[in-house]
Amino acid sequence: MPLRTEPITINIGPQHPSTHGVFRLRATFDGEVILDVEPVFGYLHRGSEKLAEERTYTQVITLTDRLDYVSSMINNQAYVLACEKLAGVEAPERGMYLRVIAAELQRIASHLVATGFLINDLGAFATPLMYCFREREKILDLFEMLCGARITVTYMRVGGVFQDAPEDFWPALKTFVKEMPIYLDEYEQLLSENEVLLIRTKGVAILSTETAINGSVSGPVLRSTGYPWDLRKADPYELYDRFDFEIPVGERGDNYDRYKVRISEMRQSIRILEQCMQQIEPGLVKTDVPLLLRPPVGEAYAHVESPKGELGFYVVSDGGVSPYRLKIRAPSFINLTILRELVIGLKLADMIVAFGSIDVNMGEVDR
Amino acid sequence: MPSLLEGNALFRGIYCWLAANEGNSGPGPCGEALRDGLLPVGWEWVAFFAAGLGIVMLLINVFLLLVMLYTYMERRLLGRFQARLGPNRTGPFGLLQPVADAIKLLTKEDLVPAGADRLLFNLAPIAMIVPVLLVLAVLPFGENSFLANINVGILFVVAVTSVNTLAMFMAGWASGNRYAMFGGMRAVAQLVSYEVPVVLSIVGILLYTGSLSMVDIVEAQRIPFILLQPLAFFIFIAGSSAEMNRSPFDLVEAESEIVSGYHTEYSGMKFGLFQLAEFGAVLVTSGVMATLFLKGWEGPVLPSHLWFLIKVFFFAFIMIWVRATLPRLRIDQVMDFAWKFLFPLSLINMFVTAVEVLVWEEPTLVQLWAMVGINLLVAVVGIVAFSFVFKRRGLSPSRVTPPLVVVEGD
Repeated sequence: MPLRTEPITINIGPQHPSTHGVFRLRATFDGEVILDVEPVFGYLHRGSEKLAEERTYTQVITLTDRLDYVSSMINNQAYVLACEKLAGVEAPERGMYLRVIAAELQRIASHLVATGFLINDLGAFATPLMYCFREREKILDLFEMLCGARITVTYMRVGGVFQDAPEDFWPALKTFVKEMPIYLDEYEQLLSENEVLLIRTKGVAILSTETAINGSVSGPVLRSTGYPWDLRKADPYELYDRFDFEIPVGERGDNYDRYKVRISEMRQSIRILEQCMQQIEPGLVKTDVPLLLRPPVGEAYAHVESPKGELGFYVVSDGGVSPYRLKIRAPSFINLTILRELVIGLKLADMIVAFGSIDVNMGEVDR
Repeated sequence: MPSLLEGNALFRGIYCWLAANEGNSGPGPCGEALRDGLLPVGWEWVAFFAAGLGIVMLLINVFLLLVMLYTYMERRLLGRFQARLGPNRTGPFGLLQPVADAIKLLTKEDLVPAGADRLLFNLAPIAMIVPVLLVLAVLPFGENSFLANINVGILFVVAVTSVNTLAMFMAGWASGNRYAMFGGMRAVAQLVSYEVPVVLSIVGILLYTGSLSMVDIVEAQRIPFILLQPLAFFIFIAGSSAEMNRSPFDLVEAESEIVSGYHTEYSGMKFGLFQLAEFGAVLVTSGVMATLFLKGWEGPVLPSHLWFLIKVFFFAFIMIWVRATLPRLRIDQVMDFAWKFLFPLSLINMFVTAVEVLVWEEPTLVQLWAMVGINLLVAVVGIVAFSFVFKRRGLSPSRVTPPLVVVEGD
């Protein structure tokens, strides 16, 4: 007599230790094997795009801080670039260098969070997470020197940055750039050759380049499939054409490649920071742009390579003090759409890891 | 129970204080000095029970205090491993943190979910903690210090500790929560599987000692069995980590996957009992390991009880170390590890040991050291060869085609 079995459906989230925010997965299981998942989101919806229509162009910068709250600087940057395109202004060179420095520091911070939580999802009892956060604290200290805030920075302005870096910022940055590769080696020593990590992540949740491109996926998730698409090279914004850096790519697009690509990207970010420190020269950090900006009627789209992928801001102006319409292309949201294809047929534990390796941020998904 | 009266000073003390009357036991174990027991003639069974109860209460309370100390140690050490401080606010160096935790748990609301099976739900924490305490009965924690030196000591330990599989499944099933159900199912699969290699790894030791009694095992160790049975030690520590749900085998309560596994729905002191049982299991297992592999209480200079504690906390430290370092395995890998890695290795270990015991019936010290060499070689070759095979298997694709058709039985 065959035993009667039935699939069971579990709501993973909105309150769950590894949903990286408030996210819900309605997953149907046959034992441990996943038959179907249905992502449900919107729990963190704050209507950022609508709120922007009621604020001045400068005030909207504070809203962008709160999109992907582990990479606020890069959100600032993307929005500010769109506004500059709209208003036809350009930041002075020193301002651009400071933006690049802030953005690359933020990229390292965001990748540290992604790596730490990925390993936490794998079940290591918070040790790598605490190590990653130790270094992230140093980056946040640097941000505090730059602008007084650590998470919601609002550092960048249309036409430059809010203020020049203080004197003691540069030695601190120099120490950080010198020490960070040692810490990265430490992570790799602890993680990259760890047998348990290898058998848990290698060959699991493989993403093909075709699926990734069809799903409009970008960022480390796309690069892990072996496709070298990085907006800093593909469509250089700010000063990225002046720097010498590589685009790390993976081989197979599995969980391990996504982890490894992030580690390699941190090393490249450090290279960019070193070059910034050599090239930066004294000067103005902000062009004279009125705080109550009234750009001419028109529209503009600017995109940057955020730690999660292509972050784009589409701004429409009707000539008034606030945007007529603001649309955010959130990379987390678009990368999340491939989750279903990745995890069907995997086990519960691997689904959590695959979700962690895509590195979504619910603040950005729900906006 | 003459062994208790002769072997255990505390037991004898209480017993004689109560029952050493002229007519009771004659001169007997109490000797000539104590002749004014409190109880009248014919009531010595009361004295026997009182003495037993007294010593059991003492043992359990000391053990629970040690568990509290251990939780403190675990949290502090994990803090150190993770580049943070750990609890350091309550009392000197945070030493009172376990007390504060206990008070917090006791004052919390005791919730029973609406869909729960109330009887099983309430019974599960008790079924979880009792086996841990029962193991103490046969654990020799010092020279001549044990509650019972029964001749099937290690078998008793194995039998009693496997009861907590049932407790976990009870908790998982009775909670009426699907995460808990997942945890319960995983517990059954994992714990039953790891029972096999653990028991087989002990067989090697039994072949040397020829006795199941814990005291005999300690006394038979001319060379610590950790040297004589390195492979068995590896299997035992890996297998018992899995049975205790310690990392990297903590699937039963994998936080990032199934929240808390079988005790997701528990709150208050019932949750506390689960935690107590888990931390207690670490100490008890370390005690069993110290007894089996590291000569138990024996050691130079220091008193025997202290030696035992040092060894117990040494093994506990190793487990904390592993917990702070390794990520978790997947369920199929955990099962593979038990059946395709530990199980064959334990058979090899058993075979090699049996041959050795057959060849050298009464081994001299030189022959014992020869055995150490052979067994070490077998352990290294075995582990390396099997991990090579296991690694290649682990890299095979993890995706399975899900059976989309639901089988309806009749």
